[in-house]
Amino acid sequence: MSVLYDIPGPRSRRRILIGSLIAGAVVLAVLVVVVLRLAEQEQFTAEKWGPLLDPTTEEFPLVWQRIGLGLQATLAAAALAVVFSLVVGTLLAVTRLVSAPWYRWLVVGVVELLRGLPVVVTIFFAARALPALGIDLPILAYLVIGLTLYNSVIIAEIVRAGVASLPRGQAEAAAAVGMTRGQSLRLIQLPQAFRVMLPALISQLVVVLKDTALGFIILYPELLRTAQIIVQTTKNPLQMFFVVAIIFIVINYALSRLATYVEKRLSRSTTTPTGAAPAPSAQEGALV
Amino acid sequence: MNAVTDNLGLYGTGVLTTLQISLLSGLGALVLGTIMAGFRVSPAPPLQWVGSAWVTVLRNTPLSVVLFTIAFGLPEIGVNGSFFWFGVTGLALYTSAFVCEAIRSGINSVAPGQAEAARSVGMTFGQTLTVVVLPQAVRTVVPPLGNVLIAMIKNSAIVGAVGVGGDLYSVGVQLTGAGGLAVIPVLIGVALGYLVLTIPAGLLLGLAERKVAIAR
Repeated sequence: MSVLYDIPGPRSRRRILIGSLIAGAVVLAVLVVVVLRLAEQEQFTAEKWGPLLDPTTEEFPLVWQRIGLGLQATLAAAALAVVFSLVVGTLLAVTRLVSAPWYRWLVVGVVELLRGLPVVVTIFFAARALPALGIDLPILAYLVIGLTLYNSVIIAEIVRAGVASLPRGQAEAAAAVGMTRGQSLRLIQLPQAFRVMLPALISQLVVVLKDTALGFIILYPELLRTAQIIVQTTKNPLQMFFVVAIIFIVINYALSRLATYVEKRLSRSTTTPTGAAPAPSAQEGALV
Repeated sequence: MNAVTDNLGLYGTGVLTTLQISLLSGLGALVLGTIMAGFRVSPAPPLQWVGSAWVTVLRNTPLSVVLFTIAFGLPEIGVNGSFFWFGVTGLALYTSAFVCEAIRSGINSVAPGQAEAARSVGMTFGQTLTVVVLPQAVRTVVPPLGNVLIAMIKNSAIVGAVGVGGDLYSVGVQLTGAGGLAVIPVLIGVALGYLVLTIPAGLLLGLAERKVAIAR
């Protein structure tokens, strides 16, 4: 049931059916044109797809082995970046909540600066600036640092929103039994906030995973970079990048479904705190 | 800071190129995203399928993969063009999925009772849409839509990284690469360049939000 139209009666149902058939025919026609065009340009040949789909070709095992390694590298970078972002982000959020004003402003400044920078810039400069300062690390570390710089401030904001979404009584009760602000955050507020934040955090995981595909700019052998190298010998960029896209879509789609599921689960099992700010939702975290 | 002051011209053209990519892609994303949102809320199932497939595919694919597919895939099927237009197309396609979702959730946020009430006092479909539904939907759409567009300005750096050149990101790469200039000042210059674009965009968004925000 939508705001735009009522539940259709017999006449509108017929109209919708006719409209659907026409729309379906148009969509099908567009698809056919695309497929014909692809066939005409010889994009469905065994030569193009063989290395990816035909186990009897000699390239097949090599190609998939490299894709497997690339995927491993992607997942490793994403996992490390998420863990570090979570730690740094939580620290940023907590120190921002409990510290002296000058420090709070410093944190706000850093958060705003890093939020305004494209993540590709933070990755590139992590890989350029650290060696210039005499810090030599493996490429994976540069990618993780670049991703962490950007995502930790996003997570800091999610944590802040999560803490703010709790009813005020929680902090007040903690203060009333003599806890310091630090104790109250650590023992009372953060454990509840993380629960509330879980969907938004899982959605952020999707963002991090997508951003690891920027590793190619510093030649980190993640999935996209690996595909780029394979294409140089197999000469099938369209098919190769198509497969890479499918891999990302499957993983990310599963993650976003998980986020939605967790969100539903949480909203069902807890009574909504009254008088509290809205919790950060999965949708908010899933930005670009 | 010489690295920045000596290359102000280069930074200037970088900002302008980034702005150009962003404006063109933003326009394309708004048009495409609105069409797809229309598909997703339409009563015809085939159109809904197209809309949701569009969003699922583009939202879950990294922008760099979208750009690679277009920039290296399209020439394979005989579509030739400049990297600039491939980049703008890729960024517009990618962003349109997020625009679509922002608009769709805005429409869905209006309670069905609003339209029912409008119809029950005798408003036509057109009146219902323009006087009751859209004004409320726009209010919910503006903040997320603005955030999507600001994120798009930052994503234009990836277009530069894939090989368009001349934008802010590429200027940063060029200055640290060839000239061997100190990395930190160059980074500060690039950061300032992006902030010059994103901060006014954020202020504009805040203004727009206040303009449409009415307590409900």
